[in-house]
Amino acid sequence: MDSILSLWAWLPIWLQSVIIDLLLIVAIMVPLILGVAYMTYAERKVIAFMHVRMGPNRVGWRGLLQPIADTLKLIFKEIIFPKNSNSYLFLIAPMLSLGPAFAAWAVIPFTDQLVLTNIDASLLYVLALSSVGVYGIIIAGWASNSKYAFISAMRSGAQMISYEIAMGFALVGVLMAAGSLNLKEIALAQEGGIHQWFFLPLFPLFIVYFVSGVAETNRLPFDVAEGESEIVAGFHVEYSGTAFALFFLAEYANMILIAALTVILFLGGWMAPFPIIPFTLIPPIAWFLIKVCGVLFFFLWFRASFPRYRYDQIMRLGWKVFIPVTIVWIVVIAVAKLTPLGFIFS
Amino acid sequence: MDFAQLALYFYGTVLVASAVAVVTLRNPVRSALFLILAFFSAACVWITLEAEFLAIVLVLVYVGAVMVLFLFIVMMLDINLDRLREGFTRYLPIGFLVALVMVVEMILVFSTDEFSVEQFPRPDPHLSDYSNVRELGSLLYTTYVLPFELAALILLVAIIAAISLTHRRRSGTLHQNPADQVKVKSSDRLRVVKMAASPQVEQTEITHEEER
Repeated sequence: MDSILSLWAWLPIWLQSVIIDLLLIVAIMVPLILGVAYMTYAERKVIAFMHVRMGPNRVGWRGLLQPIADTLKLIFKEIIFPKNSNSYLFLIAPMLSLGPAFAAWAVIPFTDQLVLTNIDASLLYVLALSSVGVYGIIIAGWASNSKYAFISAMRSGAQMISYEIAMGFALVGVLMAAGSLNLKEIALAQEGGIHQWFFLPLFPLFIVYFVSGVAETNRLPFDVAEGESEIVAGFHVEYSGTAFALFFLAEYANMILIAALTVILFLGGWMAPFPIIPFTLIPPIAWFLIKVCGVLFFFLWFRASFPRYRYDQIMRLGWKVFIPVTIVWIVVIAVAKLTPLGFIFS
Repeated sequence: MDFAQLALYFYGTVLVASAVAVVTLRNPVRSALFLILAFFSAACVWITLEAEFLAIVLVLVYVGAVMVLFLFIVMMLDINLDRLREGFTRYLPIGFLVALVMVVEMILVFSTDEFSVEQFPRPDPHLSDYSNVRELGSLLYTTYVLPFELAALILLVAIIAAISLTHRRRSGTLHQNPADQVKVKSSDRLRVVKMAASPQVEQTEITHEEER
């Protein structure tokens, strides 16, 4: 032990900080990847129960090792390169979709102490990275040199752009209410019990944000980018093995990210719903994870309940319903903040 | 050379290299992708200059929205490179002349005292509680409020102009009115017709044996 400590002290300061940062990144990434794996298991189980089926139950106790088996299967499969594809872009596309999905976690405050980088414009940072994620899909669609993949890239590009506007406006409402662009400050602005959480005064924005989040992650009922019955599997139709697994990982990591952001922005982050004794005994990080799991359940519930939207209806909902709703509510917040009723929105 | 300076030079090099790649590559999609890389490294350069808000907005607006649409168009266009290169030698002298004039102009402008290095001393690094967003906001809404609002107005006019220029109602397109679809009642679509049951219906019964 002493020799390790002396070795540590011998390292230069910058190397020490790099090692500590890397360890912290691993400490976020490993639970996230495990979360993604068990999200797929939860998805299959929840949908199975809604369909009155059993779901995966063969590998391990009650099928609990199923995600591990799936991952191993994907890793040992060959990555097939289509003959006329642009191989360089074909290979880089899954990484481009995975990178932003993971990088956004750098600014997520898990509790008021647990945050990797507490930057001032963290809300904008998350928004910027989630908009960069679309490149993975577009490049994959183009590089595959396949009709289905290309149609899917077009669809998801248009969908991302239109729902990002609604999402951005919903976030403008949140930052007006909280008076900060810092995710930690936004969560702290909701301190003091469930009646202070932003989902009550900003209810329309909460709905718009969450539904836009479902659309941004290309999840059902907005999964026209994948649309198995129309364009086979969309942008990842030519991908196999690990490259496919990376797309899968990115999609689920984005889902968990949207759930975490919804919790931080609208559902009080790591705060207990009532600041009294039986609720405050549960540690803040547990409250955060419970809320994230609750929001994630809605993703699965949507998938089992709604049929896929038709494409023009998706566009209509984004441009003609969500964007006007958010703009109206921003004006409401701005005006109300100047009246004696302003306390509702802060 | 400390780490921040190293990062600045690294991203600066990537920026210049990708900008060169944008104009020299033949494949337009690759050019567009290198333009995205150029924007991204420009944002990184701004971050090393402590302009984190502007850097993130650059990524959000240019990389996240403008270039997506750009890439969209470039991918769908079937660009004939041979036709584009047709007049290359013919326009080369003019292009060379324009480039020369611009280089001379830039040298003349940047070699004046206004742009000398002494005019721009390195700003003092700010404390960790310094808020870039707050400083920028208070400047925009106090000192520069008039230009800022004017820019907003011009942008609004541009949006309205772009929409009204492209928004033509073509004849023969089918439209749906979802409100009407929701409000529809069964009586609008369905008519129950009462008919007398026909007196005799001939039925051929297939017995089990016959079917075999």
